[in-house]
Amino acid sequence: MFAVEKYHKAHSVAEAVRLLAADPFAVPIAGGTDILVKLREGHREYANLVDIHAMPELTPITLEPDGSLAVGAGATFTQVIESELVQRHSPVLAEGASWVAGPQIRNVGTVGGNICNGSVCADSVPPLLVLDAELELQGPDGSRRIPLRGFHTGPGKVARGHAEVLTRIIVPPAPTGSFGAASIKYAMRQAMDITTIGCAASILLENDRIQWLKLAFSVAAPTPVRCPAAEAAAFGQPLDAATIAAVQAAVAADVSPRTSWRAPADFRLHIIRELAARAIDKAAARSAQPGRSTA
Amino acid sequence: MSHTITVTINGKLESAQVEPGMSLLDFLRAQGLTGTKQGCGVGECGACTVLVDGTPVDSCLFLAVWADGKAVRTIEGEARGHELSPVQEAYLEAGAVQCGYCTPGLVMTTTAFVEKHAGKPVSREDIRRGHAGNLCRCTGYTTIVNAVESCLKK
Repeated sequence: MFAVEKYHKAHSVAEAVRLLAADPFAVPIAGGTDILVKLREGHREYANLVDIHAMPELTPITLEPDGSLAVGAGATFTQVIESELVQRHSPVLAEGASWVAGPQIRNVGTVGGNICNGSVCADSVPPLLVLDAELELQGPDGSRRIPLRGFHTGPGKVARGHAEVLTRIIVPPAPTGSFGAASIKYAMRQAMDITTIGCAASILLENDRIQWLKLAFSVAAPTPVRCPAAEAAAFGQPLDAATIAAVQAAVAADVSPRTSWRAPADFRLHIIRELAARAIDKAAARSAQPGRSTA
Repeated sequence: MSHTITVTINGKLESAQVEPGMSLLDFLRAQGLTGTKQGCGVGECGACTVLVDGTPVDSCLFLAVWADGKAVRTIEGEARGHELSPVQEAYLEAGAVQCGYCTPGLVMTTTAFVEKHAGKPVSREDIRRGHAGNLCRCTGYTTIVNAVESCLKK
């Protein structure tokens, strides 16, 4: 028996917002694959639940009139992976989601939960960071749209207001031209494992020059991060070994990897540099496939 | 604070009172359906896998209240009297059972996997990935993959 002290099922986002606003200790629960583990471990701060599990309002994955992809925060990893819209518009998001845990967890856990629990190792976050995703949150004062970049404020902390519900993740349309993206997870096993280092890259090439590079990591700093120094090192440069080496040198300024039982900091930095090169290679290879948007 | 849920378990409609903190696993076992096993209790081993509306979930991390209005399938619903299901038969034929503790969960995962992939090309790697949420400490998995492969060929 989980030590649930108060439980309210919300039938709509508006009701969930009202219930959260009414209880300063309430937390929303969607898939529950993190919160229920926390409760089992005795974390009392999750004892008052506002249940938004499988709320129909939060699950659709749609294409917006402006060509953006809108992923319902309550969509499960499996729904994201199997969505034809995601595969066509932002396959790198499906790729990132496919690394999460195992099938049973992916069938229940949600992308919104993966973002909102603030975990530094969230597998869906690096791909969304290199796609410049935005978040739509609904709260007592209405709805607001903010960049995902900056939403993580510290280990396990995000800029979600207490009574706010993440409703949708918006991914802008992929640019036209030679654009590609890739996501790589480094872990001890290929499933059921917490990420040691996660990396995603998106790249736009023109005549073999890098128009721009976007690079993001999980577990490389106290929050998932984008890499402005590494990205600047690639800007306008030819896609060659010298540029990759410059990116690998520059990325150290963007990250602050920690030592944990999983890996020491210097080993993590080695992996960060290696994954940067591999993710750029993979993204660039995908950008070379004409007639296919490969975000 | 208990809630009334109406859930179809192995084809039979049941109504019950559950506390919001009750897991689907505890609920099922309290109903006498002890075929579903608790292993790790934190969604890592898959021993407690059941199907909710045909989808495999770790019942240890799934609240009983979430099963309201859903159809749940457990290992008890797979055999017809003394006749094993095709998946159970394949496990038996392949020698994919040793201590048996993970078997109910694995059989449920395979049952959904085979239903989902019927008629599609599936590699042994796909089978391994599709069963990655179920740990087995005895068999070394090869016989399990063989069992799944033979189900897909039928």
